[in-house]
Amino acid sequence: MTLFRTSAGGRIDRARPVTFSFDGRTLTGFAGDTLASALIANGVHLVGRSYKYHRPRGLMAAGVEEANGLIEVDRGGGRTTPNLRATQVELFDGLVARSQNRWPSLAMDFGAVNDLLSPLFSAGFYYKTFMGPRFIGSNKAWTKLYEPIIRRAAGLGKSPSAPDPDHYASTFAHCDVLIAGAGPAGLAAALSASESGLRVIIADEQAEFGGWLLTDTATEIDGQSASAWISDAVATLAARPKVRMLPRTQAFGYFAQNFFGLAERCTDHLAEPDQASPRERLWQVRAKQVVLATGAIERPLVFPGNDRPGIMLADAARTYAARYGALPGKRAVLLTATDTGYDAARMLQAAGVEIAAVADVRPDQPRVESDGFRRVDGRTIATTAGRLRVASITFGTETIPCDLILMSGGWTPSVHLFSQSRGKLAWSDAVNAYIPGKSAQAEHSAGACRGVFGLTETINDGFAAGAAAAAACGKPTPARSIKTSDTQKSYRGILGACGMPAKHARAFVDFQHDVTTKDLKLATQEGFRSIEHVKRYTTTGMATDQGKTSNLNALAIVAGHVSKSIPEVGLTTFRQPYTPVTFGTLAGHNRGDLFDPVRRTPIDGWAQQRGAVFEDVGLWKRARYFPRAGEDMQAAVNRECKTVRSAAGVFDASTLGKIEVTGPDAAEFLERMYVNNWKNLAVGRCRYGILLNEQGFIIDDGVIGRMAPDVFHVTTTTGGAARVLHMMEDYLQTEWPELKCWLTSTSEQWAVIAVQGPKARDIIAPLVSGIDLSAVAFPHMAVREGKVCGVDTRLFRVSFTGEAGFEINVPADYGRDVWEAVWREAEKHGACAYGTETMHVLRAEKGFIIVGQETDGTMTPEDVGLTWAVGKAKRDFVGKRSLIRPDMVVPGRKQLVGLLTKDRNVVLEEGAQITSDASPGPGTSALGHVTSAYWSESLGRSIALAVVAGGRQRQGETLHVPMPSGGIAVEVVSPVFIDAKGERLNG
Amino acid sequence: MAEASRSEAAQRRSVLSGLSLANRAGDIAIAEVPIVQRFVLRGDAAQLEDIFGVNLPTEPLRAAGTVEAAALKLGPDEWLLLTANSAPLASALQTRVRGTASALVDVSHRNIGLDLGGQRAADVLASACPLDFDLTAFPIGQCTRTIYGKAEVIVWRTAAQAFHLEVWRSFAPYVVALLGEAVAGLPPAHAHVPASRQN
Repeated sequence: MTLFRTSAGGRIDRARPVTFSFDGRTLTGFAGDTLASALIANGVHLVGRSYKYHRPRGLMAAGVEEANGLIEVDRGGGRTTPNLRATQVELFDGLVARSQNRWPSLAMDFGAVNDLLSPLFSAGFYYKTFMGPRFIGSNKAWTKLYEPIIRRAAGLGKSPSAPDPDHYASTFAHCDVLIAGAGPAGLAAALSASESGLRVIIADEQAEFGGWLLTDTATEIDGQSASAWISDAVATLAARPKVRMLPRTQAFGYFAQNFFGLAERCTDHLAEPDQASPRERLWQVRAKQVVLATGAIERPLVFPGNDRPGIMLADAARTYAARYGALPGKRAVLLTATDTGYDAARMLQAAGVEIAAVADVRPDQPRVESDGFRRVDGRTIATTAGRLRVASITFGTETIPCDLILMSGGWTPSVHLFSQSRGKLAWSDAVNAYIPGKSAQAEHSAGACRGVFGLTETINDGFAAGAAAAAACGKPTPARSIKTSDTQKSYRGILGACGMPAKHARAFVDFQHDVTTKDLKLATQEGFRSIEHVKRYTTTGMATDQGKTSNLNALAIVAGHVSKSIPEVGLTTFRQPYTPVTFGTLAGHNRGDLFDPVRRTPIDGWAQQRGAVFEDVGLWKRARYFPRAGEDMQAAVNRECKTVRSAAGVFDASTLGKIEVTGPDAAEFLERMYVNNWKNLAVGRCRYGILLNEQGFIIDDGVIGRMAPDVFHVTTTTGGAARVLHMMEDYLQTEWPELKCWLTSTSEQWAVIAVQGPKARDIIAPLVSGIDLSAVAFPHMAVREGKVCGVDTRLFRVSFTGEAGFEINVPADYGRDVWEAVWREAEKHGACAYGTETMHVLRAEKGFIIVGQETDGTMTPEDVGLTWAVGKAKRDFVGKRSLIRPDMVVPGRKQLVGLLTKDRNVVLEEGAQITSDASPGPGTSALGHVTSAYWSESLGRSIALAVVAGGRQRQGETLHVPMPSGGIAVEVVSPVFIDAKGERLNG
Repeated sequence: MAEASRSEAAQRRSVLSGLSLANRAGDIAIAEVPIVQRFVLRGDAAQLEDIFGVNLPTEPLRAAGTVEAAALKLGPDEWLLLTANSAPLASALQTRVRGTASALVDVSHRNIGLDLGGQRAADVLASACPLDFDLTAFPIGQCTRTIYGKAEVIVWRTAAQAFHLEVWRSFAPYVVALLGEAVAGLPPAHAHVPASRQN
């Protein structure tokens, strides 16, 4: 039995002792404890050092609002989680927890020197560091002096450095009614809402349902104990098949159209979790109706010296004693502005804690009761003492020794989710807080989160909200209500500072970010008026707890300084998430191999076996080159290029986008989409098509074959496949719905095997049947249907290399077999397999552009020398009007040219700027830039494509490519480096 | 020599071969569906109602037939026709369509078909698809194009606890792996009662 454990009572399992460690100390607790309650039962209050001043801090709360007790849990194997609230960490055997933000130890922290230097760390100090001291130079001061110091000293936990070994699940869910919070109001709402068979999800962040009612050991509900009422409610809900109960699940985000993010903790509470099961699960829930039953949070009091370990919220102390049988001290002083503070004091007294004194800090209505407590004047609170634990509190001149100070400043409704839903908050003088006003979504708030306190009222409010939600779903349920033995109390409390004015002792407002009353005052003195500005300047409410315990006090203090009412000052925005959510939960399955789909062609396995090096092209993996033993990329590409030009090469072009455009108006449709003429394209012929956007700029290109009068086989770039289809659908559906034309993506229907080079025809000839392959019968830019390897093919005679070539389209499942048959033939002719890198070099030698490389979204057909493709006589096509805009025809636009370096061995850098001067002065505008640059093994020299202002008129001129090592002289030439007449192409 | 090459007819190779399909005894079974031929039919159905041996559904997002011959209505004038029948149909169908205000495209190799069955089948889908698969919201016979994770899929509910999925072939390994993740990470089947202790 530990020193501070009660002899009986509480919801812990005293038959199951549990051993855990905190900062290396081995301690014991019971199953059912939280880390916080077990520490308290061991007399440990000091759990952390504060953010800025490294002040010793103790547990302040018992729940989600805990601002001080942030700890790191280490589950081994890289599984460290920082910044967990000790109040929410369930105890299990072997739990290893550590405090944070201290060195070398919690009791002896060198960072505490910051506390002595606190005048340096006043409000906005962070921003002030950007400016200071002039003799160093402002920027230097920041990078050399302040940033390193601040980075080391400030902060909370350390993020783990090893990859997260855990597995995270996610799911979508739909329900009629989602209930956030399973306290008395939430349970009542769930009972009502689910009565008529609706789909209901009820989530609560705690392991047990019941909320603060789990702490209540005295009140009776309809004649039964609170805990029996909870058990009955849970059993009733469990028996309803359409109710899903999610304990350990935080509703952290309320998004548009009743969409919710819930984070479920699945295994963190287990000593030996099944490694296969997920650690956490993200629920993305769409609900027809939402009931928010998120409760209220007790406010601390803002008085001098209010942050020592041992100073905690009154209801938290009561929770530790009643729910966990853990006594937070031996001799307590109660500072209260509510009636619930007295309840806590009475309960603790009954459990064996001496109540040394009670100070009611309410200015107007100190409650007088014959409770036998000694009274002191709350207005005279001067300071507290005690280094690592509070030892006394001083009222005026009287110092009262104590090891526990209870604070009850009032109850703040948890309106976070309501506010996230964009609901309007309204100030309530009666509640002394903001409460939900007008709902923005199909939502009902119930109980304490809307300022309805008192057990009877809360439960009945829950019943009503559940019934209203059910009725809104079309399933009304009978009205229900209960009676309890709870009595009328005041929950209102006070706002702002209390006690004596803070002189030397600081009064903390935001415990997690170390913001004091002085900081808020300084901010208003320095001219900040908007609460949003004060928040950012002082960082109040900006810590991981988002000011759950501090916001209203900060507001009241600022309102006092600027002489406005709280509603006039306004309220800062509540943002998702309500409590921190792990990156693992948000990432879910989207990590590693499943981060994005990896698309592979039917021929990919062959390329892998051959040792191909792959590159990513969109989601596709494409073989980049096929190195042989001892070859680097350049050697492999050189060999592949030479082999294609001297014999042939085989290339996997399956990733090309393909769209089957069908219907009687197919030609008309293409005529309107592409710059080219299509109506005059004969069946069995192909044409190189160029697609513009409405601005007249090239966005895609590809060969289009006419398979039948009403069937076109359109190809697009690999990356453009989806975009082009969407654009076409958009035009078809919105601009030309009258066209009888349909679009079907066939990108994945066809595997495409390109065979290019002088031997191409010889290679495919033995495999093809039903097609006359002779140059006369099957000329360049033609397409035929027949068989290859016994299966249907669409055989294109096209070239992206400048060599005579074919592209064999076969249904994708046959792709691998056909490829292997082609390869067997290719080997006989000394051909090679080549990849995308070689393809790029070969096409550059021939001056073929790649959309996205030679074009950048600002190039017209004229700019890249493709005017010949534009159907001049056409009435219209997408982008046509833009091509005659004045700035589109102005002389001096950048035009595609070739560049030859004076030194044939120098390969330019793609993206490099081009100038007329070898060493241009600062501010010189570039004439253009290099778009492609390669070593051409076939030409025995480097080549480059570029876009240069007025480039075609500059042929023969010498320009320069300035580089850090000096300018590189280049000659402007035609972009076609080989076979300008196309003799090879047509061979 | 040449004739020898030509006679070695290419064989179909499924993108699923070599992938392991997640199964869990009792409540989840995933298997490849032997769909051999697929066609996208666009246009005016009135003239082609009986084209595929099943009446083309007219109600949006409804499917008719079985894997022997099924028609899924995926858009106002769009049907996906599926059959496990291996006798070549393309040219006969093209003949029927020719001259009508319709078009037919062979996409036999574009997709693969998966059958996802068992008590938890709907939950496996819900893991990565935002649609509501409750029987009242997504009844038997309903079909739709949607997403599974980051892949486009067609989902067709063939029975209370069975779904037919059509996936583009290059996305199939991703979808199969994601289905496996979903099975491993399924939440408990039904309301599990939060631990509750009596005082």
